[in-house]
Amino acid sequence: MRKLLNTLYVTTPDAYLSLNGENVVVSKGEEEIGRIPLHNLEGICTIGWAGASPALMYACAERNISLCFLSSSFRFQTRVIGESKGNVVLRKTQYRLSDDEKESVKIARNFIFAKVCNQKWILERATRNYPMRIDVPTFKESSKYLTEIMKRILVTEDLELLRGLEGQAANRYFQHFNELILQQKDDFYFHGRSRRPPMDNVNALLSFSYTLLANEVASALETVGLDAYVGFLHRDRPGRASLALDMMEELRSVIADRFVLNLINKKIINSKHFLKKESGAVLLTDEGRKIFLKAWQERKQEQITHPRLNEKIPFGLVPYAQALLLARFLRGDAEEYAPFLWK
Amino acid sequence: MFTTENNESDYLMLSGIQHFQFCQRQWALIHIEQQWEENLKTIEGQYIHKKANQPFLREKRGNKLIVRALPICSHELKISGICDVVEFVRHPSGITLQGEVGTFIPIPIEYKRGRPKKGKEDVVQLVAQAMCLEEMLACDIKEAYIYYHEIKHRVSIEITEELREEVRKMIKLMHQYYENRYTPKVKTGKFCESCSLNNICLPESLNREPVRKYMERFLE
Repeated sequence: MRKLLNTLYVTTPDAYLSLNGENVVVSKGEEEIGRIPLHNLEGICTIGWAGASPALMYACAERNISLCFLSSSFRFQTRVIGESKGNVVLRKTQYRLSDDEKESVKIARNFIFAKVCNQKWILERATRNYPMRIDVPTFKESSKYLTEIMKRILVTEDLELLRGLEGQAANRYFQHFNELILQQKDDFYFHGRSRRPPMDNVNALLSFSYTLLANEVASALETVGLDAYVGFLHRDRPGRASLALDMMEELRSVIADRFVLNLINKKIINSKHFLKKESGAVLLTDEGRKIFLKAWQERKQEQITHPRLNEKIPFGLVPYAQALLLARFLRGDAEEYAPFLWK
Repeated sequence: MFTTENNESDYLMLSGIQHFQFCQRQWALIHIEQQWEENLKTIEGQYIHKKANQPFLREKRGNKLIVRALPICSHELKISGICDVVEFVRHPSGITLQGEVGTFIPIPIEYKRGRPKKGKEDVVQLVAQAMCLEEMLACDIKEAYIYYHEIKHRVSIEITEELREEVRKMIKLMHQYYENRYTPKVKTGKFCESCSLNNICLPESLNREPVRKYMERFLE
């Protein structure tokens, strides 16, 4: 598996990024505040109003370093993409299958199967780790319910039905999400998803982690030569990275949700790291972002054994491994797409 | 209809022959699927070729005319590429060259990192280069060299008719695969470890349990 390098997160809102030799230089006004060799980097992610020089954009595209811009509220704005990688035949296969609902559903159901499977194992894991703190029988019951849904997903041949099953599973899983918060319950509670804007601390954390993950998945897909904008479950919509959203489904709970729960339960983040706006919208403070990103980076470096490849890889390479497995399937090496299943 | 024009955009890269000889799947991943990943060895290879890759340097040394980075092709084989170095050695039985007095025998020299390999991948590439030169210069080439960076020595290779035939067959197969955009699955082996595309190819994952079984294991 390839090497996981660092991602540089630039959180200073008025920082400007430029290229100097083989380095990315971060400056604020006339002053240089940071400098990192490009060969250490896998991605650069700027948050806020930061700009970057065309020379740096080109250098990143050429070296396959993902360069992306997020708004100060973590909304994805744009990503720099270089020359299309890989093979036009692979992409045409992707388009052909995407246009064919029967074929699409076969791929989409594996994404969703894994999504529900990974949600189920979060509940199962909680029954093992915190039997004294959670209501084990209801968790077990929900886990069984999710298994039944997984069985139905495996034989689904209709996208609408698949979306319905996905929705039922998500409802059941999120019913327990609040119980998975074991610390700082006064400040962190979950009563449902709110996205634009997030209206509570937990949603603010979830939104941020989903944005980062979506971006990592999209660049992984493009690295292996796939078009992140043409999906199988999510239909085409201008400007939407549908395939990245498809693939994210299986990774959301296992990468983002668990990460967020960890931040709260281990008290890495606390109520002081949030700012409530007049509208009720909740934002992470600068300090909060920094802590979040540092932990996110550390999490990516943790080694896991990939359940399908049986190979030790850093957690941060999971999106890349899945993108490879999808490309493998599309070029006919595998009879089905093998999703990421995590106990 | 009859046309003398060749569709040169369909020509394959000569350098692909070494990949094809090493592993057909590796060749397909690089040349059909345009996958590439730099590693220490590939960077080292580029570095070594920097020296050979000087198209504007033409040198006369004694009875030799040394030409670097010479673009070559064969319309018969439908391949094109670049010779690192061609030495034109003055010889009575050689060929005449435009703008030069006397006759010369062309000798292609390929630069390689590392040392002579067990496999034939470097040899077949050199033979294909010789065949291109033979076609372009209307001459016969009996001998060529591979310069190995690690041992700092050139190794002589005899361009035999058997080798030529082998190369013709190989290139024919490469064209077939290319036209069908076919990436073969091939046997994996120890040689996979030294492959620069190991991470992209995932050779091991080709031999796994069926995906369906893998998924069903998680229903328990």
